[in-house]
This record gives sequence, structure tokens and C-alpha cells, in this order.
Amino acid sequence: MTKLADYADARELTINLTLRELRGKYKRSVIGWSWSLINPLATVLIYSLVFSFFLKVTPDGGSPSGLKVFALFLLCGLLPWNYLSNGMVGGMSALVTNANLIKKVYFPREVLVVASLISWLVSMLIEMGVLVVILLLFGNMALPWIPLALLLILLQSVFVLGLGLMLSVLNVYFRDVQHFIGIILQIWFYATPIVYPINVVERAAADHHFRILGMGLDSLYHLNPMVGFVEAYRDLLYDLRLPPAGDIIYLAAWSVATMTIGMIVFNRLSGNLAEEL
Amino acid sequence: MSSGPAISVRNVSKRYRLYHERNQTLKGTLLQRKRVEFEEFWALRDVSLEVPKGGTFGLIGENGSGKSTLLKCMARILNPNEGAITVNGKMSALLELGAGFHPELSGRENVFLNGSILGLSKRQIEERFDEIVDFAGLQHFIDTPVKNYSSGMYVRLGFSVAINVDPEVLLVDEVLAVGDEQFQRKCAEKFAELKESGKTIVIVSHALGSVRTLCDEVALLEHGRLRVIGPPGQVIDTYLGDVHTDRAPDGELGTRWGSGEARIEHIELLDAAGSATTEVQTGEPVTFRFHWEARQPIQKPVFGLALYTLEGVQVTGPNTRQADMVPDTISGSGTVDLRVDRLLLLPGTYDLTASLLDFTCSHAYDNRHRAFRFDVRRGEPQEEQGIVSLGGTWAHDRNGGPGQ
Repeated sequence: MTKLADYADARELTINLTLRELRGKYKRSVIGWSWSLINPLATVLIYSLVFSFFLKVTPDGGSPSGLKVFALFLLCGLLPWNYLSNGMVGGMSALVTNANLIKKVYFPREVLVVASLISWLVSMLIEMGVLVVILLLFGNMALPWIPLALLLILLQSVFVLGLGLMLSVLNVYFRDVQHFIGIILQIWFYATPIVYPINVVERAAADHHFRILGMGLDSLYHLNPMVGFVEAYRDLLYDLRLPPAGDIIYLAAWSVATMTIGMIVFNRLSGNLAEEL
Repeated sequence: MSSGPAISVRNVSKRYRLYHERNQTLKGTLLQRKRVEFEEFWALRDVSLEVPKGGTFGLIGENGSGKSTLLKCMARILNPNEGAITVNGKMSALLELGAGFHPELSGRENVFLNGSILGLSKRQIEERFDEIVDFAGLQHFIDTPVKNYSSGMYVRLGFSVAINVDPEVLLVDEVLAVGDEQFQRKCAEKFAELKESGKTIVIVSHALGSVRTLCDEVALLEHGRLRVIGPPGQVIDTYLGDVHTDRAPDGELGTRWGSGEARIEHIELLDAAGSATTEVQTGEPVTFRFHWEARQPIQKPVFGLALYTLEGVQVTGPNTRQADMVPDTISGSGTVDLRVDRLLLLPGTYDLTASLLDFTCSHAYDNRHRAFRFDVRRGEPQEEQGIVSLGGTWAHDRNGGPGQ
């Protein structure tokens, strides 16, 4: 009962903490908010140069859109990836960086993780908005797919929040989590079809017939929920088609499971935060 | 609104683990065969108390007695290992001022942020915004980033937000002494106002003076256990008696305590002619003289004097710190005088307490409680009501002058 009342009170607090994150992020930088766009653009430039120009990675044209621009193909995967990685790292450090607050004031501690995620969600939405505009300039009529893309973002947010909740408390008890996550994110990045098209993996799977737990390389690869997320974003915005329903159900299952585990871990470990920090 | 207690603490125990080598690495936890070594330390042990609605409640005790832990448990920052605490009504805790201020944000933005951390809605903050800024005295700086604030401005803003949360239950930890003289006065007024309007206040403090004047009830904690709970005077005396019983009273009136590095050897009352006496007249110039002896150099000692009536009412209690007359150090022996040009005590018998304290006034080197008794005879002004004369003079306007 009191917990529920706390959450009701916490809505405003969440908004204010989010604003603090957002305002604090680019204070004292001359071009401020533009950084949140320049960063992904710089990444796109580098990856385009390396993967498209030097390594000649050429994704198939979007079907049915017919679009064939590596940078846009890349962005459709890179933005959801950035959201995941920023959201995870932000969530992970949300409790540790606010130790002072936790030791001095009572409020539902989840709020810190949620506020951090929302601040990255705002960046994600702005970047996605810019991407849609660029897609339109290239003649890709992505507008009708926006509502579905928003639902996908919501689903991904649940997934990232679950991870964030889990990592935030684990990081309080074991500070190695943050180093560990650095490596995990690197592996995860290349295990997701961001800088290369997914058919590269499918072709490799066809050449090598090793199996683990009865699954081929291809099936193993598809276990990674980020494969599903990136492919779904690409289906909607790059190819302009509906993602397979089975994929979406699989992603929803991942999101709900992650969120449930995240909440359980958080509730079990967050009782003594003020002492452990 | 129920008429039950504002806060009820039932059999609360809080355990801390003191790790010999804290494991904050996965490797440590995964690879270490034996359990991590730690000692258990009970910061609170089976404490039960009730804070009545509308009361001002003090928690005192030495460092490490668990009073701050108890306050944090009340504030829900810590969870007790055993027992339960229920708080009735909206609660706000003043444990650290300006917690959660973001240095790069302006004072205005931080007021909203801090307010919502303390549980205010945006509308409530908007309503109180002017009051908060006025109270902090920061009208000109409210749009400046708080990192450019002086530490005084920072805490003043923090205090001002916190005090304007308007909770039903307010928990305060040692933050009463904030800012300059003027701001402290404003704070004291605000507390009195809160108290008047029926708020419940719990204060943790070492400032026994303010605890004595502000609180209705005081609890003394000792090594995590509740030792005594009752009216402030009684509990504080128990506490002071506890802290400084190293020396036995030496056969004079009243009691004597203190750690004894320096002592007040002899107390004298000198009349106008400079000779020792135990009988003076109202209006007479007198001098109170303490002969002290320091066995070792004492840094910044504070001499204090208190006068009581036989009924135990304290008449006055000046000390050298208030008068800004604290020497850097004393050693050997010497005297200190309190000169009174015109003694305004009315006829009666009075007891004098002499004390020699450290600069914080919380540690007594020597305290001679009601150690010297003297009488005041009738003199000028010739008054009879009460304990003291104000030494004033009456004057009529032209319609009521004498001899008309």
C-alpha cells in the first residue's frame, strides 16, 4: 500500500530527475544538444568508411523499399544499439553515482534507474526523428510505420530497463560489473547485425555445420534478442515491411522476462543500499 | 487523523557488518572458499519508543550511540533488522541540506529538483517558490548555477527548500546551526512556528542547549540501547552526569563532575570594595571570580557561570564564549572574573554553578554544580516581584507626572 503511494508521488520526481540528467548532460558545452546527433553521425562516418568502403560490406537493397544506402542501413541498427548500450551503462551507474542522495533521502530507488533510462529514451527519440527525416529525403516513405516503430521502442525500453535494474544493484555490490559490461557490450555489438547484414551469418552457417545443443550457428545467432530488435527496426524503417509476428512475440517474451528478473533482483538487493554504497 | 503517536518504534534493532576486508569484486566472492570475515555490530538494540503527535522529540547520546541510525531508520533510509517503525503522516527528513543539488543547474532548477526529491509536487513548489527564495535570501542569485554559490548560500537554499516541505513529521539531524547569525534566528523562528502549528519534530543533536529549549521530551541512547526517556532537563542531566563522572563530588553543595585536566579550585564573590563575601545588595557592583588550575595546557577553554534560585530556576548563564573572550590556551593557574556593574538580582538566596568546558561546550573539564551559595539583600531598585529587576526607570507623560 505505502509502496503504491510512493510510486504515485514518485512520478514527478522521475520527471525532475530525468530533466536533471538531460540538462546536466550537455551543460557547459558550446553546441550542447547537437552532440547527441554528432556522435552517431561520426560513428556512421567511421563505420561506413571501414565496412562499406574498405571491406565492401554490401547489404541487399531494402525490400520492398529498394533503398540501398549503407549509412542508412547502418543507422537503423546503430540507433537501437546505442539506446541499449547507453541505457545499460546509465542504469548500471544510476545508483552508484547517486550514492549521496540514497544515503540522505528516502524515495523509491527504482526512480533513479528509470530516470536515467528515460533520459536516453529522449535521445533515442530525437535521433530516430532525425533518421526518419533523412529516410524521407532519400525517398523512403517511413511515416506510416512510425506508430509500430514507437511500439518497438517501448518494447525495447522494457528490455533495457530490466537489464538496468539488475545491473544497477549488482554494481553496488560488485564494482567489476562495470568492467565486465564493457567487454560484454563489445561482444554483443558484433553478435548483432549492425555493421553487417544478417545474411552474412546465414551464409556462414550454411558453410559450417557444427552444432551446439542441437542448434546450428544460425539458430544460436537468433537467440540474441538484439538480433530480433535490430531486424525489426530495419524491417519497419529501411525495408518498409512488417516484421515477422514470431520475432515480435519472441522479443516481448525477452522483455517481460528481463523486466521480471530485473525487478526481483532489484527488490531483493536494494534493501540495504544506504549501507552498502 | 488518528490520535495515535506520530512515530512508533517497536523493538527496533539494527545490525551493521564491519568487514575486515570488504569484497567488492566478483572474483573475491566467487573464488574465496571461506566466508568473508566480518564482525557484527549492533548499532541499535531493541529500542522502543513513541513520539507523540505534535511533540518535539530529542535524541541525544554520545557519538556512536545509535541516534543517527535510529533517525535514518525512521526516515526509511535504513531498514531495521528487527522490529518495526510506523510513521503516521507525511514525513520529511533534513539529514543533509542540498542533497541532490546538481552543481551545473541554477538555483531555480535545483529548488524544483530538490523539492520533488523531498516529495513536493510541481504546483506546491511553485506556490512556495518565492517564500523559499526569500527565506534563503538568494533573490539575486536564483538563476546562477549553484556551483558558484558559497557554501553558506548552498546550505541556506537547501535548508529553505527542506523547511518549506511542510511535512507533518520532520526529522532533523544536526542542521540547526546553519548560516550566519541572522539566518539562524530565522531558522529558530521557523522551528518555533512549525512547533506551534502542531508538527511533530524529531531532532538529533549534540547541541544540548537547543535540545533543552526546543524539546518536550528527550531520549538518551547509549551503545544502541535506550537508556532513559523523559523531560529534557532530567535526561540531559543524566547524560552529562554519565559523561563526566570520572571525579567524585568533593563535599560541597551540589555535585561536581568533569574530566579534570583543569579545575575550578575556588569560587569567590567580591563586593564593591573587592573583599570576598557571601552577602551582597541589589544594585551593588560585584565580581564573580573563579580561581582555576590547569594541570596541562588547555586549548580554548570556556568558562561559564550559572545562577539558580533555591527552587532550581536558572536565572542566567553567561559564558566566555558568548562574550567572545576565549583565550587560545591556558596553563598553570589563574583567575577569571565576571564583573557586574549593577547586580540586578532581587533579594533572595542564589546558588552559583561554575563550569570549565571545551570550546564546543559539550565536554566538561570541571563542572561545579550549585557549588557556591550567596544571599542578596534589599538595595536599589527596591522591587519585590520576581527574581530580577530590569533596572529600568519609569517616566510619565505630562498628564501624569509626579507632584502635579
